Amino acid sequence: MSELHDKKIEYLEVTANRIRELIIDTLLEAGSGHSAGPLGMADIFTALYFHVLNHNPKKPQWLDRDRVVLSNGHICPVQYVTLALAGYFPVEELKTLRKLNTRLQGHPHRGALPGVETTSGPLGSGLSQAIGMALAAKLDKKKYRIYCIASDGEHDEGNFWEAVMFAGKNKLNNLTLIVDRNNIQIDGYTEDIMPLEPFREKYEAFRWNVLTIDGHNIRDFVDAINEAKAIYEKPTVVIAHTIPGKGVSFMEGDYVWHGKPPNKEEAKKALSELRTLGRRIESEHQ
Amino acid sequence: MLNEQLKLNQKIFDKDVEMKPTRDGYGEGLVILGEENQNVVVLSADLTESTRAEGFAKKFPERFFEIGVAEQNMATIAAGLGISGKIPFISSYAVFSPGRNYEQIRTTIAYNDSNVKIAGAHAGISVGPDGATHQATEDMAIMRVIPNMKVICPCDSIETRKAIIAAGKMWGPVYVRFGREKSPIITTNETPFIPGKAEILWNPPIDGKKADVAIIGCGMLLYNALIAAKELEKENIGTVVINSHTLKPLDEKTILATVDKTKAVVTVEEHQVAGGLGSAIAELLAKKLPAPIEFIGMQNTFGESGKPNELIQKYSMDVESIKNAVRKVLKRKR
Ligand SMILES: Cc1ncc(C[n+]2csc(CCOP(=O)(O)OP(=O)(O)O)c2C)c(N)n1
Ligand SMILES: [Mg+2]
Repeated sequence: MSELHDKKIEYLEVTANRIRELIIDTLLEAGSGHSAGPLGMADIFTALYFHVLNHNPKKPQWLDRDRVVLSNGHICPVQYVTLALAGYFPVEELKTLRKLNTRLQGHPHRGALPGVETTSGPLGSGLSQAIGMALAAKLDKKKYRIYCIASDGEHDEGNFWEAVMFAGKNKLNNLTLIVDRNNIQIDGYTEDIMPLEPFREKYEAFRWNVLTIDGHNIRDFVDAINEAKAIYEKPTVVIAHTIPGKGVSFMEGDYVWHGKPPNKEEAKKALSELRTLGRRIESEHQ
Repeated sequence: MLNEQLKLNQKIFDKDVEMKPTRDGYGEGLVILGEENQNVVVLSADLTESTRAEGFAKKFPERFFEIGVAEQNMATIAAGLGISGKIPFISSYAVFSPGRNYEQIRTTIAYNDSNVKIAGAHAGISVGPDGATHQATEDMAIMRVIPNMKVICPCDSIETRKAIIAAGKMWGPVYVRFGREKSPIITTNETPFIPGKAEILWNPPIDGKKADVAIIGCGMLLYNALIAAKELEKENIGTVVINSHTLKPLDEKTILATVDKTKAVVTVEEHQVAGGLGSAIAELLAKKLPAPIEFIGMQNTFGESGKPNELIQKYSMDVESIKNAVRKVLKRKR
């Protein structure tokens, strides 16, 4: 990981906003898919793929690459757009999302698209797979790291906590879990559907190193990732507080945007808001 | 021609045939049951609107339980409710329930003989753009092989409503599967529905043409089967189309009586050809009345993203594929 100077932060913020615009374009073209989660995670995906990860988009199978396991597969539009911009496949191909014969399946499928490490969509089983990869890395004495991205809603699944318990017990310090703490799931707000709080304390009780950040602050996120690398006796979870639908006023914070795409009108409005946001980012860095 | 006694939808062959998702019938059936019986309770795993459990949840909030994204917990909580005199319906997508929570269903619901009804929404590849992870194509197989479990796959939203009401009134574990997409209305409110009783939807015309092939299906693909039957008549091929909505217990009597005449069968289901309706028919015929069978369904592959009709065509479950299967099985007849 290179140094995170101001110019780089500006570049990452601008890229994240470009990713948000492309998420809107891609979802509009697809006609179905999820809006809120992907927009909320654009900053973190940008920071991961354009700063944190040790990877090579031209060699997606490179054995020593860091692994990204997307557990909450429904937010794949943000991963697909980020992978395309990072050079894993042509940006043009984003137009094929969810269409017949596409490599961009509605939920990510291993082997279908370069950069997708495992199939997901059914919730709650990503962390266990990341653990499997972390164990394999240790057996092979490899230095690469495993980053698992998971949602708050999928913590309802028993499988998730079985994995949390195992990683804590086995001190998997090559594993970093990033939780999209956006407080929504399908039927409503997480604290109404199935309360997760006190969330931080749950992880601490399961022997994890817990870092809580603003998921839209790229510097905080990168600092957390660096701290995770320095902790040897525990796996680290970065609880990233995000705003679902981030950047689009009428989507922000509203769970009804969990699983639907914008229509033409809404997309137009969203894109105009995002362009304004883009100009603000640039002026802030003047 | 359509079996007049069944009072099927007379507009079924019209271009503008009414379409409705079968899951709507789940929602309607639950509300009717809820009004009739205080012991009916509904559980949902964070999919209340899209499985259509919502109507019940709004009307009977004290008998509705939001479980969160936790299908294994949902099945086992329902097992406890069922053992305690309640009639729980558990609602999710079929890949997750009965997919993810298979063993919980096997032991705590079926082996316990707990009075739980499992509602599997978004079954089959007609789920469409969500892709293979969300398209349940093995659910009927895994439910059919469990002792004590009954399995029903209704053909339209009206039949789904009747199946849900019937499931609520019969004792023991029942699995009912339905789809996401709008599909043609085949039956009417007057069409009889008895679990375990298959219905003959279509007969060859009486004017001397014999019954050459039995097309036995379940679910919304029966619409394609009926179109195929109608078109095949122009080729002088007579078919009997059977709605075998209940896979278990199978209506052996109706199936054997028909196959005794046709001596050839095509099975049609939006499911793997292994383990589902086709297999159930093959098991029966191998034992009692061996006959050549062609199987329409998923041929040992996963689905993918796409529009429902594109996928039905790509995976050879469209009208043309059914017609080809009928022609093929005819040639195999001795
Ligand atoms: C095992 C399983 N059960 C149910 C679903 C259906 N489902 C898809 S997303 C979702 C909501 C989960 O909440 P979260 O991931 O926090 O959603 P977001 O914040 O992205 O809106 C559910 C229940 C699923 N994908 N997998
Ligand atoms: Mg969430």
